[in-house]
Amino acid sequence: MGNWIINNGFTSFMLVVWMGINIFLFVWFYFFYDLGDQFFYTRHLLGSALAWARAPAAVLNFNCLLILLPVCRNLLSLIRGSFVCCSRTMRKQLDKNLSFHKLVAYMIALMTAVHMIAHLLNVEWYNNSRQGVYDNLSTALSNLADTDNTTYLNPIRTTNLDPQQIPTYFVFTTIAGLTGVIITLALILIITSSMEVIRRSYFEVFWYTHHLFIIFFAGLVFHGAGRIVRSQQTTDPPHNFTFCKDRSDDWGKIPECPVPQFAGGFPQTWMWVIGPMILYIFERVLRFIRYMQTVKYRKIVMRPSKVLELQLVKNGFKMEVGQYVFLNCLAISQLEWHPFTMTSAPEEDFFSVHIRSAGDWTDKLIDIMQKLPEGAQGPKMGVDGPFGTASEDVFDYEVSMLVGAGIGVTPFASILKSIWYKIKNGNSTLRTRKIYFYWLCRETHAFEWFADLLQVLEREMEERGLADFLTYNLYLTGWDQSHVDHVKVRFDEDTDVVTGLKQKTHYGRPIWDKEFEQVRKENPTSVVGTFLCGPVALAKVLEKKCAKYSDVDPRKTKFYFNKENF
Amino acid sequence: MGQIEWAMWANEQALAAGLILLTGGVVGVAGQFRGWQFAAYAVAAGAFVCLLEYPRSKRAKGTSVARTGQYCFTVCVKAFGPLTRNYYVRAFLHAAICVPGGFMLATVLGCVCLGIASLIYLAAAIRGEHWEPILPKKETRKPVAQSIKNPPQNPPPRPPAELRRKQAKDLEAAAYDNPMPVTLDE
Repeated sequence: MGNWIINNGFTSFMLVVWMGINIFLFVWFYFFYDLGDQFFYTRHLLGSALAWARAPAAVLNFNCLLILLPVCRNLLSLIRGSFVCCSRTMRKQLDKNLSFHKLVAYMIALMTAVHMIAHLLNVEWYNNSRQGVYDNLSTALSNLADTDNTTYLNPIRTTNLDPQQIPTYFVFTTIAGLTGVIITLALILIITSSMEVIRRSYFEVFWYTHHLFIIFFAGLVFHGAGRIVRSQQTTDPPHNFTFCKDRSDDWGKIPECPVPQFAGGFPQTWMWVIGPMILYIFERVLRFIRYMQTVKYRKIVMRPSKVLELQLVKNGFKMEVGQYVFLNCLAISQLEWHPFTMTSAPEEDFFSVHIRSAGDWTDKLIDIMQKLPEGAQGPKMGVDGPFGTASEDVFDYEVSMLVGAGIGVTPFASILKSIWYKIKNGNSTLRTRKIYFYWLCRETHAFEWFADLLQVLEREMEERGLADFLTYNLYLTGWDQSHVDHVKVRFDEDTDVVTGLKQKTHYGRPIWDKEFEQVRKENPTSVVGTFLCGPVALAKVLEKKCAKYSDVDPRKTKFYFNKENF
Repeated sequence: MGQIEWAMWANEQALAAGLILLTGGVVGVAGQFRGWQFAAYAVAAGAFVCLLEYPRSKRAKGTSVARTGQYCFTVCVKAFGPLTRNYYVRAFLHAAICVPGGFMLATVLGCVCLGIASLIYLAAAIRGEHWEPILPKKETRKPVAQSIKNPPQNPPPRPPAELRRKQAKDLEAAAYDNPMPVTLDE
């Protein structure tokens, strides 16, 4: 429980605050429209559907303000930079930006549905009033038109069409109706194309459709401009509805009841969203500037199994371990930015990324690079970043257990390299004495480059007599009989068949109990940091084991679990 | 954008359109709107579209993720054979279904959404995609290869591949030649 509060307490707090504001806005505006005297006549035509339309509108304003903020990655980076002094939990919130973006989007979808249904009812009932279906007062109110001394309440002015088609005609001929339909359509297309299945498999569809947000925000800003939700204005002499509501025939004829005057509310949505919109424009401009900055290729290496290593140099670029950059290659697509974890250490004078052939974009990039003549500069590359929280915590523990699963191994490349540099330079701030590194992988072919890197590290550690500093265990979770035969035959050899490393590859999943027992035995008094970059299921297992093998006695081994979102 | 399967998006869009049509229909019927008969139609049409679109198609490449509990629907949809398999049929079906939705406001949005879904399906169909059911993989035992029934050509002990002697032209002679030097194990 304590661990849960440390890890999730602040997130939950933020969510409670967000939900609280949403509920407050909903309730406040609901009662504003449900109880306000100035809306008495409007409510007479619409009933509670008026409040049911306006309350979600307020919540929508708030959430449309929020939705752009989590995707301003440079802004987040800036905030993160200025929070360096603050606690890590604060900064870690910023890494959950996309979850928050999604949450806000769900709220927008829900509120849009409520808002739309309420307005469907509103339009229908306005139309009914205009047709004179209801009582005298409704008809009288609806008959008020914009003339010299009267102002309208019921925005439906047409009566000379088929009554069934008037709502549709009305919606498609008013600013509020038309923008409403367009932005709802944009929203629906955005949502359907961002479903997990599409986003993960056909990123381009997701990426391009998401740019309908431009239409969405443009429509949103003008949505209220028609001012069709109208309230009663104070007149001289005042029109008292409690007295006059039953005397609609005498309006304007007796001094107590002048003709009621109505006006639309001032459109507010643009005030809510203008700030984030400007911030977002800045963000895009900054991305463009970043893109225009020259990036030089230091080295282009083709690794085995279609992995491309790019070593890049950019002026004023400063990275930390475990961060990522966005790359854009004009020769492939002007619009697409793809994230890659950096595999170089901050101590190096360049930054590198390893790009595995995984889709259209990466395939084309690899293709271009392969066609380059020896020693030539590659195509123009835009680099945006670095982003993400540094995972420097690794250096704060005496003993670290690093667990990487599949592609989750990439951030550890940077960490391992960095540790190696720190040892080499005799960095005194480094507290780490020992590192246990576990790599769980379905098939190692895709990550041969990482084995390369491990080999280099292994050799250099050995030369410096630090062979026992790094213990690594490779687990191949997908294997078959031919594999096993191969290994059996090569059993006596010094290096592993799969990776070419001194450490033999294990087959199957690690038995965590055994591993933790081992670590505890080898480090009876240490504080051990466990770091995972991998799936949630594994995180749960490791979290449990960390708790199980930690000793209450402060002098004995303790395990702390950290899940990194890389 | 070579490998995009538009049908996957069309499916999401059509499912959403079905839900929106259904919702619009329910509002129209419940509110007794003018022309609520169209809303009643939209309820039926929306429900039908949802049922038809709920089972997701198998992806041509890569892993397919089924929707929760789609198995029963998959079986039903699969039963219609080429009618549900062909995306041209779906494109025209959705285009036809959506038309009556345009006659009253409550169902207009669902109608337009379904129209868009129909267009995406048309694009998918033109690109030659079609619906494939996601069915649980059956454990198929490969039939025993004919060669296994014959006695081994190269009896054990068999050395690793690269130490193996290249197959001589004369199979009979090569098969019984042991390439490993036989020494006493001390």
